[in-house]
Amino acid sequence: MILEFIAAALKAAIPAGTPLLFGTLGEIYAERSGVLNLGVEGMMIMGAVTGFGVTLATGNVWLGIALAAMAGGLLALIHAFLSITLRANQVVSGLALTMFGLGMSGMLGKRYIGTPLPYRLRVAPIPLLKDIPFLGPILFQHDPLVYLSVLLVPLLWFVLFKTRAGISVRSVGEAPATADALGVNVFLVRYLCVFLGGVLAGLGGAYLSVVYVPAWIEGMTAGAGWIVIALTIFAMWSPGRALIGAYLFGAVKVLQYRLQPLGVSPNLLNMLPFIFTIIVLLAGTGEVMRKRIGAPSALSIPYAREEK
Amino acid sequence: MRVRIEKRLLPSRWMTLSVPILSLALALLVIAFVFWGYGVSPLLAYKRIFLGAFGSLYGLSETIVKAIPLMICGVGLAIAFKALVWNIGAEGQLLMGAVAATWVALYVIPDAPAAVLLPCMFMAGFLGGAIWGFIPGILKAKLKANEVITSLMMVYIASELVNYLVYGPWKGAEEWGFPYTSKFPSSAQLPRLLGTRIHYPTLILALLLAVLVYVLMMRTKLGYEIRVTGENPEAARYAGMSYFKTVVLVMLISGGLAGLAGVGEVAGIHYRLRYPQGISPGYGFTAIIVAWLGRLNPLAVIPTSLLFGGLLVGGDAIQVALGLPVATINIFNGVILFFVLGGELLTRYRITLERREK
Repeated sequence: MILEFIAAALKAAIPAGTPLLFGTLGEIYAERSGVLNLGVEGMMIMGAVTGFGVTLATGNVWLGIALAAMAGGLLALIHAFLSITLRANQVVSGLALTMFGLGMSGMLGKRYIGTPLPYRLRVAPIPLLKDIPFLGPILFQHDPLVYLSVLLVPLLWFVLFKTRAGISVRSVGEAPATADALGVNVFLVRYLCVFLGGVLAGLGGAYLSVVYVPAWIEGMTAGAGWIVIALTIFAMWSPGRALIGAYLFGAVKVLQYRLQPLGVSPNLLNMLPFIFTIIVLLAGTGEVMRKRIGAPSALSIPYAREEK
Repeated sequence: MRVRIEKRLLPSRWMTLSVPILSLALALLVIAFVFWGYGVSPLLAYKRIFLGAFGSLYGLSETIVKAIPLMICGVGLAIAFKALVWNIGAEGQLLMGAVAATWVALYVIPDAPAAVLLPCMFMAGFLGGAIWGFIPGILKAKLKANEVITSLMMVYIASELVNYLVYGPWKGAEEWGFPYTSKFPSSAQLPRLLGTRIHYPTLILALLLAVLVYVLMMRTKLGYEIRVTGENPEAARYAGMSYFKTVVLVMLISGGLAGLAGVGEVAGIHYRLRYPQGISPGYGFTAIIVAWLGRLNPLAVIPTSLLFGGLLVGGDAIQVALGLPVATINIFNGVILFFVLGGELLTRYRITLERREK
């Protein structure tokens, strides 16, 4: 009985954490290249409304998800242009992106409020693995997007730490002038990383509106984009730890739903993820300082070629 | 052809004034396209916004009503941003100011005369907001925790706390199931200008604060330290200024001011604590743009807060008239901020086109 409860909670924590995992993986790349993008919330919600709208209109879930990723990427390019090309303040530009995304999605999504989505992404249990006792149902009976997000973790880790492209990304974030001198196109690398960040945030948003909920609710990301920013620090800019952090938050969300019937005030329960975000941020920051890893050195500093 | 971007030594006075205005105009042009794409005539929308906000005595008075919290929060944020401390949590600090004032008015000294009760409410409100700002401040100063995240998380927490109070322990007995507290005693209500909702004591306070903070920033040692910390933290440390002190102080002040704005809302407009969106439609967030568009000059925050107050009133008008969603105002906020940021490049850098050599 207890075991079943735990198994059910763990199984639910994975999809609950999946939008955060997508978003965090993307933000890790953007920040690794030296660009702080606080617009994750805005990119996620635009992904959510695009994914929902396109899926509803075409009946094609995958097309909806693909265009949601594009929408996130396009929005990220605004931030890229402002912060990389125009060297604008990245904090303010990211905030502007979030406000814009929230406003635009509210406008575009008004007609979808209360509309059910008749198309679903089917759960695809993995043969053989799904039959492992206890772990099988928890880990291997999810929808394809959950598997995609999990596969992205080793893939993005490998690219970042074991390939030439990854070296470029990290060097641009640590010492852009040196990277530039060695022939790395600082601007191009940063643009690509910020774009990838937007694409993944858009995917995360689409996962919420098309798969997890599935419905369009105005402001449905409800702070997920900000949790992503904290998770990026908690993850110490490494994809592996992003997975742990995202599922931890998934578990908090599940806990929130499970405690509600026990008579705890829903408003106090709603505070949980936000209090937990602060705790996770403190834990991450503390560990980063202890291990002297530090954020990418050039994070949020615009690169200007001519100013030597 | 090649684009060259060079740093200007000193932005000209003419440019510092004209560029924000030009940025604003361009932003409004882009938003016109958004309206057009949505199937709403941009001309009609802007006409409605303008007439709604400035076209009638009622509209004008409401513009001032909404400019009051924007001005107070914006002045506070100008201080924090000047020190490069990103207090994004004014919205939560405003709510906590409202909570503290409500507590004083309904539970601590409800029977006190107005001359005692109202000042006590403002003091409590300042404290409530200051505490809410202090937490991210101390976490940043002591533990280097990113204040953007912590101050924003504190907004969500404050918002849920207000919900908890008005749905739970503070719910008024005679409020017909609405998520409101009981009405404040009349001694806890601010006087208004005849026939309007302008609670003028708060308006006077807001204008005074703008001037006071201007003097603080330009004429005092603390103001100088705040500015140096923002412009050159290394130099500030070299000169023996305490980074810890500056960060905590600007968070306390900007939080406290936002708290005062919250007192104005409950004591001047609603006469009770309500659900969070009922108290503030995001004043604390819009104040970020108000401060930034005013180039972090407390005096310039006066006109920019009136502008955004008007935008809020006009936004309400087109929501009703043209069936646009509440979130539309966020599009204004976002796009205007984009263009103001882009425009700053023009004041800071000289852009020239030159032929590529060879």
